[in-house]
Amino acid sequence: MRIEEGETRSPPVEEDDTSPGVVETRYFRFAERESDRLLLDSGRRFGPVTVAFETYGRLNRDASNAVLVCHALSGDAHAAGYRDRKGNDPGWWNDAIGPGKAFDTDRYFVICSNVIGGCRGTTGPSTIDPETDQAYGLDFPVVTIGDMVEVQKRLLGYLGIEKLLAVAGGSMGGMQAIEWALRYPDASRAHIVIASTARLSPQSIAFNTVGRSAILSDSDFLAGRYYDSTIPYRGLSLARMIGHITYLSDESMETKFGRRLQEGENFSYDFKSEFQVESYLNYQGSKFVERFDANTYLYVTKAMDYFDVARYYGGGSLEKAMERVKSRVLLLSFSSDWLFPTAQSRDVVKALSRLRKDVTWVDIPSSYGHDAFLLEMETESEIIRAFLSATESWEAAP
Amino acid sequence: MTKLLKPGGGRADLSFIADWIDRGSSVLDLGCGDGELLAHLARGKGVRGIGVEIESARALSAIRKGIPVLQRDLDEALSYFGDGSFDTAILSQTIQELRHPRDTLREILRVANRAIVSFPNFGHLPLRLQLLFHGTMPRTRALYWQWYDTPNIHLMTVRDFTSFCEEEGYRVLERHYIRGGRVIDRLPFPNLLSEGCIALVTAKN
Repeated sequence: MRIEEGETRSPPVEEDDTSPGVVETRYFRFAERESDRLLLDSGRRFGPVTVAFETYGRLNRDASNAVLVCHALSGDAHAAGYRDRKGNDPGWWNDAIGPGKAFDTDRYFVICSNVIGGCRGTTGPSTIDPETDQAYGLDFPVVTIGDMVEVQKRLLGYLGIEKLLAVAGGSMGGMQAIEWALRYPDASRAHIVIASTARLSPQSIAFNTVGRSAILSDSDFLAGRYYDSTIPYRGLSLARMIGHITYLSDESMETKFGRRLQEGENFSYDFKSEFQVESYLNYQGSKFVERFDANTYLYVTKAMDYFDVARYYGGGSLEKAMERVKSRVLLLSFSSDWLFPTAQSRDVVKALSRLRKDVTWVDIPSSYGHDAFLLEMETESEIIRAFLSATESWEAAP
Repeated sequence: MTKLLKPGGGRADLSFIADWIDRGSSVLDLGCGDGELLAHLARGKGVRGIGVEIESARALSAIRKGIPVLQRDLDEALSYFGDGSFDTAILSQTIQELRHPRDTLREILRVANRAIVSFPNFGHLPLRLQLLFHGTMPRTRALYWQWYDTPNIHLMTVRDFTSFCEEEGYRVLERHYIRGGRVIDRLPFPNLLSEGCIALVTAKN
């Protein structure tokens, strides 16, 4: 999902027996007829919708081994495997999905789809509106995390899956997992919520709004109709740079960059990118622009801003909202994550504990900040594997 | 019960504690270790349990057994639960390691109707003799640490525990003793002769 500097080349697919191999993104289209339109949380009806998705592993005979993986802000349907036999373009959670990994594709059928409003194959603001033959741009309806879940629900129907083994995701993917637990409590036996929250904090809304302001104030933004001209490069890359600051931690920046200069040892006494941390952020910003749509950034961050399940399901009370939960819930948080800090997971755990729901929580010590959920794979995988495997036998018991 | 009972009895104490737990009841296991007890209770008695375990390898083992686990500090985890959330809480061989045993036990008996508390008896005769004749901090099979690395910061005797319960207004519903790694119902001079004690206490009248 996030591209590390000097991206490591993956081994050729044949040599990597922990990978689902070469995978192709598939597409499912629905809500083409007026009567079949998607009813959005905003009250608007919308369609048609194309969903980009990938699957890994095999669905078993009674369709009971399906795991839905939900991606974060900048992710997509390509969660695992590679694009070609040379091992190019590994999925954003390739470390977690594959034979013997956290989501063991020898045992589970793993599904990942791009969210509605996205720009990686699923219908979003960059999609051509069939009524105008132009990209939707800002005419695209504002969507919520709940709407993302509705789209995933339709996809599961298409795939013939009535009950999932688990819904799992980190960050915004974790929000979708929580939403699933509340919107469709019977649709999954377990929910795995990683580095996430039941309610976006004002601090996170603040970061999102600065990111959006950067895009909106870019003179190339053209009220979202930039698809035929120059894209709002500066705005989007700036938004990404801000985002990246929130994904790291003070300690991880200290370790990764320190105060080191990109070149030489002497200050240049000008405003060129000079410190390593500067060049890292610039690199992340410009890399991101190549593969991500500025309008999608607006829509998806807005969906996160609106996320507050206490308000939506509990009249302001998180505990009331959590009464709906019927599944086993696993929460993982990371000690140095200040974007979705431990305390926000604790709020969910508290609410579930008070209701004596089946809740497991591990706060994993890490210095990586929010990014830890993509990096602390060893610890994370062990816990997820243990939890999933217990969940399988758990419902078999009387 | 791991630490104290491992040498002699292992599983014996599991079924012993299980006898005090009603079928289908709810149990909070504080310091649940690898979740063996809760798994045993879930299988055998349909008990709905939650474990609290701070040590990550043990918590992982409990997760693997399908036990809901909070990997938190015991005092913090207790604060998550409402009054009378559980039929029984289990505090096995841990009370002597708590920083504020009195406050924690109050919390335990707030969230649970009854608590099973087990602890090593510092009044055990060999301990007294070691202190008397050697003049050093006593060490036994149950209390095998040195004074400087022991996690046991609030050691007590059976008699201490009895008067503590009286002061706090707790009723001791049942009490058994540990000797030779086994649980026994009756023992003369338990404060001298028992290695440890398991008690079922409640704050209710």
